[in-house]
Amino acid sequence: MSGSPYAPHTPAETAAMLDAVGVDDEEELFDIPEEVAFDGEFGIEPRTEREIRAECARLLARNDDLTEFLGRGHYGHYVPSVVDHLADRAEFITSYTQYQPEITQGFLQALFEYQSMLVELTGLSIANCSMYDAATALAESATLADRVRSTTGDVVLVPEQLREGKREVLTNYCDGADLTVETYPMDDGIVDVDALAERAGEDVVMIYAENPTVRGCIEEHLTAIGEVADETDALFTLGSDVVALSVLQEPASVGADVVVGEAGALGMPPAYGMGLGLFACAEEFLRQVPGRLVGAGEDAEGTRAYTLTLQTREQHIRKERATSNICTNQAWVALRAAIHAATLGPDGLVDLANDCVREAETIAAAIDDLSGASAPVHDRHHFREFAVRTDQPAAAIAGDLERKGFAVHVIGEHLLQVCVTELNAGEADALVEAFSEVL
Amino acid sequence: MIYDQASYTREGEDRHEPLLSEKGQKTVDVEEASPLPDALTRDELTLPNPSEPEVARHYTRLSQMNWAIDSGPYPLGSCTMKYNPKFIEDVAADPNGAVHPDRSDRSVQGTLELLAGLQEYLAAIGGMDAVTLQPPAGAAGEFTGILIAKAYHEKQGNDRSEVVIPASAHGTNFATAAMAGYDVVELPSGEDGRVDVEALDAAVGEDTAALMLTNPNTVGLFERDIAEIADIVHDAGGLLYYDGANLNALLGRGRPGDMGFDVMHYNVHKTFATPHGGGGPGAGPVGVVEELAEFLPTPHIREVNDGKIGYETYEPEHSIGKVHGFAGNWLVLIKTYAYIARLGDAGLSDAAAKAVLNANYLAEQIDLEIPHGPFHHEFGATAGDRDAADVAKGMLEYGVHPPTTKWPEMVPEAMLTEPTEAESQASLDHLASAFNRAYADDDEALAAAPTRTTARRIDQADAARNPRLSWQALGER
Repeated sequence: MSGSPYAPHTPAETAAMLDAVGVDDEEELFDIPEEVAFDGEFGIEPRTEREIRAECARLLARNDDLTEFLGRGHYGHYVPSVVDHLADRAEFITSYTQYQPEITQGFLQALFEYQSMLVELTGLSIANCSMYDAATALAESATLADRVRSTTGDVVLVPEQLREGKREVLTNYCDGADLTVETYPMDDGIVDVDALAERAGEDVVMIYAENPTVRGCIEEHLTAIGEVADETDALFTLGSDVVALSVLQEPASVGADVVVGEAGALGMPPAYGMGLGLFACAEEFLRQVPGRLVGAGEDAEGTRAYTLTLQTREQHIRKERATSNICTNQAWVALRAAIHAATLGPDGLVDLANDCVREAETIAAAIDDLSGASAPVHDRHHFREFAVRTDQPAAAIAGDLERKGFAVHVIGEHLLQVCVTELNAGEADALVEAFSEVL
Repeated sequence: MIYDQASYTREGEDRHEPLLSEKGQKTVDVEEASPLPDALTRDELTLPNPSEPEVARHYTRLSQMNWAIDSGPYPLGSCTMKYNPKFIEDVAADPNGAVHPDRSDRSVQGTLELLAGLQEYLAAIGGMDAVTLQPPAGAAGEFTGILIAKAYHEKQGNDRSEVVIPASAHGTNFATAAMAGYDVVELPSGEDGRVDVEALDAAVGEDTAALMLTNPNTVGLFERDIAEIADIVHDAGGLLYYDGANLNALLGRGRPGDMGFDVMHYNVHKTFATPHGGGGPGAGPVGVVEELAEFLPTPHIREVNDGKIGYETYEPEHSIGKVHGFAGNWLVLIKTYAYIARLGDAGLSDAAAKAVLNANYLAEQIDLEIPHGPFHHEFGATAGDRDAADVAKGMLEYGVHPPTTKWPEMVPEAMLTEPTEAESQASLDHLASAFNRAYADDDEALAAAPTRTTARRIDQADAARNPRLSWQALGER
């Protein structure tokens, strides 16, 4: 092969086009000074489709075939086939951002519906089309807090138990806004409200809490946290995910100003961490929202039509005064999540979420029955996942489990974490059996 | 040729696809259904309740109301909307790749080897020494690159406060610099549309952390003075950042690393044909020269071959930390690998040749003036005394997607056009015809356009004045 298989030019067409332009070959069209021109090789051999498919399949087959009991922010739920088949339609996946709304009504409506589903799940009035993932959504909420809060402070308060990746992304966004990230203590897996109240004050612009927490605990003090935030004029950002929101307390009802989290819990199989950042907020922050928003309006005939809106918040208009630099986001993943949610309907979503509560409880109890381990570590209700305390070092036990075909998290010297969804629940007995052999 | 596009309409009241909520919702009593204590649950949940056949028809109809690169030309300037090969979807769908990011290194050697291979491909293509795949989009890549520059200066003991950006740059550059806490120094374009070297010399100094530059720039012009520009920035102690949005024009003929750039991002949905998905996901890998490799985000992937494992993840010594919660957009990265492997050296080089030929050929066929040249993969035509946005709406009448309009500002009433290598001569002739007919249409016709699309002209100002962002806000519940 001497050219790109995706450039349709025949030699005769190329010749005719060169002639029309008035040059002998394409190289004459490049205006690159000799001193910086590249005439070497990348050393990349072109392969055929068949060869590349075989090559990638061979490589990925080298991944061990483990049953994953992994979560901590990236969740695997069964994705119905209808999601792939509809989202993979070329009209969706090969389209661009909807700069010409008259010919992109389909995607705009799908995103409008996605926003609406998040409005229902969070109880907040505004949801954007997506951020990259839960970590960047959390980070964007901190810069939002910095813009909208009149407190003199510069502190963003986060729980001491927080996924490290989230904290690191948050810290990177906060640095540029001269904000600092500090932690507040937790009490047996959930927020220590008294300690939080003591720490909150004039120097705090945002309080972040999660429900469920990174260890799967269902937070019991959301209303009190909301009151602390309210009394100190701090923004209350609540982290969650779309499945948990189907049954857990509605964020708006507990005073959350912003909801962030993982919306890719629907629509996405495990994808090595690729996610879908959920971002919703109260009406009052409409003009400070980061990211794209789809609105309903009217066309020249007075018919309802959809369009990207309030774009003066965005980088391509507002440049260095934009609410965020985000441009390309996760729109197609949002489409997938919306199709998945529509397919489940409210009954399916609630059933799925209820199973996340029941399975976690059942398997924690089974592990707790074994000698050498206790679970759940925290005496709370759990969602999908829970921590396990082990008598022997946790890393060694996790290694032994891996050799038996199971992956779990190591979260402390004597702490493991186990996450159960309908994808691995069928293997849960086998996991417990394996635990009993390695503890 | 004229045809109705991206249109699915019926007569009368039921002209458009109803919202899912309008097709029927259901309220579930969550307190009753949940095994949790009532205090921990919401009261109820109300959502659409369609059957699967209804879901299939709903989204199929929505797809029929949507333009895509598989529908026809999509010549948005600086967006590089080229054909997305189908097989890369199948490569990405391999269930063996559907792993959790917290797996141990030794249990995901295949994933790590593939990603390490992609790091090497991208390093070779950009002339860089090390590449991170973590940034989930181009703008996130910019943020990563500028954080790396900041970390570098801080380690040098230099507190620098400014990032210099040409006026013609993408809006993301300005927003990125501000997000990283820098003051933006905007550099006016020179008369020839390129960087004015004297103005640059006056603008940089001991406060300059970096110059962010797109090359070829946003009207397709190569910055001929790049070697001198690099010297000016480096002599002041600043770093040179390459915005990879227009890399498609250079493949095989110029590498940012050879031009003196220290850090760059790649837009894989542009240069490497991963589908844009109506707004993402993308991926924005960042390449750096050796001196900056110790600042790359964590985790980074490297080959070890210690007899136990071939590849491992690790934290670079002075890592900036993380810019994504996990490892970025895996499904996009594997598609990038497959595309690059399919083209190889010769195919990548040909992609650039045909992209530049196509832009030049199309420019020859259109009646609009193009103020700056010689251009490469894209050109900024001017609609002159016509309104560029109106001409674009007019083009919708003739069966194509119009170019980017009214940007960059250096071209009055700009129509920034990038046909990419994926269009045939016949397709370019069709596109040119649409350009010329719309440009020649009278004001009345343009104001009335489009008429053959799913929606007629949408009043965007009104949509912004009266924001209705959910079906709840429409009062349809």
